[in-house]
Amino acid sequence: MSRVIVRIPTPLRGFAGGNSEIAAEGADVGAVLSAIGADHPELLERVMKDDGQPREFVNIYLGSDNVRTLDGMNTPVGEGDVLSILPAVAGGAG
Amino acid sequence: MQARAIDAGESALPLAVEDAGLFAGVGETPLVELDFLEEIPDGVRLFAKLESTNPGGSIKDRPVARMLSAALRDGRLNGDRRLLDSSSGNAGIAYAMLGAALDIPVTLVVPGNASRERLQRIRAHGAELILTDPIEGYDHALRETQRLAAEQPERYWHCDQYSNDENWRAHYHSTGAELLAQVGEAAGSAPDAFVAGVGTGGTITGAGHRLREANPDLHITCVIPDVFPGIEGLKPLGAPDDIVPAILHEDLIDERIDVRMEQATAICRRLSKAGLFVGPSSGAYVHAALQVAATGRYPVVATVLSDGGERYASTGMWG
Repeated sequence: MSRVIVRIPTPLRGFAGGNSEIAAEGADVGAVLSAIGADHPELLERVMKDDGQPREFVNIYLGSDNVRTLDGMNTPVGEGDVLSILPAVAGGAG
Repeated sequence: MQARAIDAGESALPLAVEDAGLFAGVGETPLVELDFLEEIPDGVRLFAKLESTNPGGSIKDRPVARMLSAALRDGRLNGDRRLLDSSSGNAGIAYAMLGAALDIPVTLVVPGNASRERLQRIRAHGAELILTDPIEGYDHALRETQRLAAEQPERYWHCDQYSNDENWRAHYHSTGAELLAQVGEAAGSAPDAFVAGVGTGGTITGAGHRLREANPDLHITCVIPDVFPGIEGLKPLGAPDDIVPAILHEDLIDERIDVRMEQATAICRRLSKAGLFVGPSSGAYVHAALQVAATGRYPVVATVLSDGGERYASTGMWG
């Protein structure tokens, strides 16, 4: 089990007690996010599908690497690692 | 609802610009009828403008062409000042492309998670990019732009697509006017309903005013993106801290429809099978337009397909 920091994007902070970062423990990316989801279920349902995979257009970064290019939600995490939850695109056609 | 009095300015671009060929290619996009969507009830027709045929590949060429033209007319870009604005990509491409054509130096503040294809196109035209922390979202890029403009007025002229009236005027005189003419020719009447979203509010405000002048009973539906991950091109709205664009005339809006990204991309994939390769905001608009059509209350429904699908290949939406 490693303790990691999860960075929360602005639109999701309202579902995370207003926090921009949350510390959580787990052995891999999926476990860390599930641990956060135990306290913040509305956050988790906007990030992950029922099958435990990230929703379409949601990217999870471990440091600067998109976990889709690593081992997905099974990517191991280490003590002090930083996970970031990001939309795949930026936001602001009309 | 009665149309309120507005100052729409002249229909022509404020100043004839040097590279008339490129600017002449902006607008006059095709109108397509989405009659292959089986949910559309009998007696209802759904039309959409195919905006990916603009030279910059999106509807954003329209407002940017007009805003640049007006800035030149007013002398705001004389001297060494750079044009500055924030964008998630499509407006940025239009600024970079048209700025390059006019030899105007351009600086764009863009969230760092804007799609790779967009950033590459902006760089190809020679614009300067300032990437902001993607974790802080789109409004952070906008606030950063405001800070730069305030701190370095000698270096930057902030075009500010969110409060620049030439933005919605472009859609009043082009998008809205074209919809009236093309839908009128195809259906024999002005649209009864118009569906769009808010990126800056330019489309729904400008085209909305123009269409409601022609049909005071026009029903205007605004697409609201899911809070997260949002929908590219559509601004977050509704939360207390969300910036509401100054040019958005919210009183025009009769109805808001929430759309999730998965709903938008599902429509994109259906449209692609009919030959229309469009981005997620277009899918969101059509998803909402189908709900409006399903009511059967509006015989002629109109929307826009804001950009093309190529720009989203790196997001994985096409598999």
